[in-house]
Amino acid sequence: MIVLDKRPQPSRLWSYAAPVLAVVLTMLVGGVLFAALGKNPVAVIRTIFLDPLFSEFAWFYRPQLLIKGAPLVLIAVGLSFGFRAGIWNIGAEGQYIIGALCGAAVGLALYPAETRWIFPLMIVAGAFGGWVWAMIPGVLKVKFGTNEILVSLMLVYVAESLLAAMALGPMKNPDGMGFPGSRNLAQYPSAANLELVAGTGLHWGVVAALIAVIFAYVVLARHIFGFQVRLAGQAPRAARFAGVDPARMVLICMGLSGALAGMAGLFEVAGPAGQVTIDFNVGYGFTAIIVAFLGRLHPVGILLAGGLMALTYIGGGIAQSNLGLPAAAISLLQGMLLFFLLAVDVLTHYRVRFAARKVA
Amino acid sequence: MDLSAINPILLLASLMVAATPILLAAIGELVVERAGVLNLGVEGMMITGAVCGFIVATATGSPWLGFLGAALGGALLSLLFGLLTQFLLSNQVATGLALTLFGLGLSALMGQSYLGIRAPAFPDIHIPLLGDIPVVGPIVFQHDPMVYVGLGIVAGVWWFLNRTRGGLILRAVGENHDAAHALGYHVRRTRMLAITFGGACAGLGGAYLSLVRVPQWTEGMTAGAGWIALAIVVFASWKPGRLVLGAYLFGGVTVLQLNLQAAGVAVPVEYLSMSPYLATIAVLVIMSTGRAPGSLGRIFHAAR
Amino acid sequence: MKRRTLLASGAAAAALGLTGLPALAQDAKTKVGFIFVGPVGDGGWTYQHNEGRLAVEQEFGDKVETMFVESVPEGPDAVRVMTDMALKGANLIFTTSFGYMDQTVEVAAKFPDVKFEHATGFKDAPNLATYSARFYEGRAVQGHIAGHMTKSNVIGYIGSFPIPEVIRGINSSYLAAKAVNPDVQFKIVWAYTWFDPAKEAEAANVLIEQGADVILQHTDSTAPQAAAQAKGDVITFGQASDMAEYAPNPRVSSIIDNWAPYYIDRTRAVMDGTWETHQVWEGIGDGMVKIGEISDAVPAEVKASAEALRDSIGAGETHPFTGPLNKQDGSAWLAEGETADDGTLQGMNFYVEGIEGDIPS
Repeated sequence: MIVLDKRPQPSRLWSYAAPVLAVVLTMLVGGVLFAALGKNPVAVIRTIFLDPLFSEFAWFYRPQLLIKGAPLVLIAVGLSFGFRAGIWNIGAEGQYIIGALCGAAVGLALYPAETRWIFPLMIVAGAFGGWVWAMIPGVLKVKFGTNEILVSLMLVYVAESLLAAMALGPMKNPDGMGFPGSRNLAQYPSAANLELVAGTGLHWGVVAALIAVIFAYVVLARHIFGFQVRLAGQAPRAARFAGVDPARMVLICMGLSGALAGMAGLFEVAGPAGQVTIDFNVGYGFTAIIVAFLGRLHPVGILLAGGLMALTYIGGGIAQSNLGLPAAAISLLQGMLLFFLLAVDVLTHYRVRFAARKVA
Repeated sequence: MDLSAINPILLLASLMVAATPILLAAIGELVVERAGVLNLGVEGMMITGAVCGFIVATATGSPWLGFLGAALGGALLSLLFGLLTQFLLSNQVATGLALTLFGLGLSALMGQSYLGIRAPAFPDIHIPLLGDIPVVGPIVFQHDPMVYVGLGIVAGVWWFLNRTRGGLILRAVGENHDAAHALGYHVRRTRMLAITFGGACAGLGGAYLSLVRVPQWTEGMTAGAGWIALAIVVFASWKPGRLVLGAYLFGGVTVLQLNLQAAGVAVPVEYLSMSPYLATIAVLVIMSTGRAPGSLGRIFHAAR
Repeated sequence: MKRRTLLASGAAAAALGLTGLPALAQDAKTKVGFIFVGPVGDGGWTYQHNEGRLAVEQEFGDKVETMFVESVPEGPDAVRVMTDMALKGANLIFTTSFGYMDQTVEVAAKFPDVKFEHATGFKDAPNLATYSARFYEGRAVQGHIAGHMTKSNVIGYIGSFPIPEVIRGINSSYLAAKAVNPDVQFKIVWAYTWFDPAKEAEAANVLIEQGADVILQHTDSTAPQAAAQAKGDVITFGQASDMAEYAPNPRVSSIIDNWAPYYIDRTRAVMDGTWETHQVWEGIGDGMVKIGEISDAVPAEVKASAEALRDSIGAGETHPFTGPLNKQDGSAWLAEGETADDGTLQGMNFYVEGIEGDIPS
């Protein structure tokens, strides 16, 4: 029978080869699926994975990758610290919403004042909002030992209700003919998160995501906190002996991930989305969890994984309009890609060998 | 405002029906979590169950076969989760989320040619004698059979967990998988069985929507019920008895706020709809017994 | 080398983006794009828009090519999908949700040669038209039938969100019901969702339990129909699509979002080069709002009077909002014989006199 032996260290070869294998497997199985749906599998796969990068209109799609990928990367980098340390914040979606609400509240309250301080203030408010929302499960865990997975998940629903209440009530655009949704912040120069270089898709959220990646890389590789995070995750008891305070670790990891998720929400609401609406959140907070794992909790890996996820969203949209592929097929393909990535990951951490069956 | 228009008997009766889909999904997830596995893919399994149940029921004309098909569909999908998390040792949170994404897509594709069709009728049963008891009869004994199947499963799970050796093993596996393994229990097999049971129950819950509640197939028809089921498990602190209470509370808040609205009371709906989740958090904090199973969400790998 | 040229052409095109992009990849076929907020399998709002798209294909055959993307969130994704369609040479793009308004305006400004049509919004441009349906006209017909049919004199109304569109429908059906049955009372619940079958079923149950024997719904699933059928002796109306599978009882009639004629018209206008921007709000008379077959569960004389009302509204002889009318607080709104202007209707945020309860804010 097949036996898995834990590798003393993750395999370097497989940590690079596994994602490639997963993508190839997804293409193969996905191809069969598309053929079953009566589409040309090669054309569909090419459209989803290559057209966004190398087609006639790639100059338009490539910036879109940044817009779609930036919030995923920003949130996932924040989450990766906690995940490494065994602290499970799965409520980033809620922190993203609250960050957007807090940031937008500042912008809307100051409307129509024009000073350059509004946008930075909004960023601070957004980060603060996300931080507060993440500190609730953090503090409860530290004080009462409450499970942070569940509390942070519950708070997503609370945040969603709050979002709807705000879009229909206090933040409703007074000039919006009674329709739900706030003023468009992207059209309010002092509060807008606009493209920094026209046509590139580069906005402050993208910059923040890149800074976060570099920051995380440096901290994990060089800083004592990065060492503590890794130690807490791999050997909690050893970490305690090494003087790592678990409570402090929880609060820092939760707070950091919340603040980054909140910032991601703010950049989105002030830029690409523009408005606080009932359906403002589109699941970035949950997708980012997947991105964090796909990227093996490594900053550079997360950057690549965020790009890959963005690619399937954008390629999926192109495949729908070009080839008439149903949206459901894209969601199925994404699910499959994740399954394969998670499945082949076993090769990175374990050695597979065949052994005679033990007589029980 | 006319509160007298609210009939408490009918309110309670409709509560039992409203709570059934989330109760079914939640009891499955409860068993899964008691075995130490966190499957966040309930929504995906529910919607897959909804479509499988609908397809089988319309093909055979029998709602009962439909429910069977739904349970099978949900269980099959959950096996995928089991395979990944138990044999390929993938992270449960990420795998569960992927399962939801996968299930939503799969169900939409499967259901494409079943739009705008009605499911075969699934009439209420009127339990003789019991159903005629004044007050209690209409509340408790005049529903469709699945309401009772749901409660029966909950009772069965309670009995299994607390009164059988199998239940003891399952709880041991969930509390400390290394110790359970050392004692010679089959951690992986136990968990696979629990996961499959969870998938089947989620499938039943989904099919209750597509075959009884709506009853029709439309994409995304579970509309987040699977996530509520997850919340209820936590609210119930992993105890089957409290699960019923939790399901009725979560269903009850919706039913009550709609009742108040209809009676002309100005209700802050959005704020009220947060309340069950806040209550769940409060329960988590207050109840010392609300501690999660010790190995919840952790990967088990037996070093031989 | 190849990569360099790719980047270079990208930069050139990006520079173009500042001034306005020509629609590329033109060929003989007229390309029509649709972006949908839900899945085409939702059986309601998006389903009906997709029926309109299919009607365009049917009408023009080889001369058109349609494309669509479903379940597009209202935000940056909408901008991307619209731009993508425009780049691929779409001549006409329908954006079929209110939430796409600012995004449509943004993309339309970049593609002056592409025609855009935004459903239910209020912002237009030389190449951006808006269209919406006077569903309140259909609501009046429903109210008329409801007023006649109710025995308990309690009519239940399932609202989605408290926005002008929904409030207009409530007012319109109330006035029509009241006109034929002065004792009628409306019970209104807000579901805070457009589509959540379980919640809609619950809302219908609550209303029925509180005495309603007619259910009007402004949410998209058939769950209220099923709930009414289970309770028996309650009638309902189809919403968005016909919901004929519940005819003849409980569903006695329906309001159908009939986008097909408009989509065909506008596609033809683009083909002929006669397309011009406008803000239209079409009702029963133009065929955008269709009243589904009134079933035999309705007595013949009621059916006849309902159809007469339908035709009279369609011909422009009757306006559902005709004075004398007061607002809920008793203040005068419309004088004798005066009809409501479109501006007031579009921003309607008050109940008319006689409806109980407050609009949530």
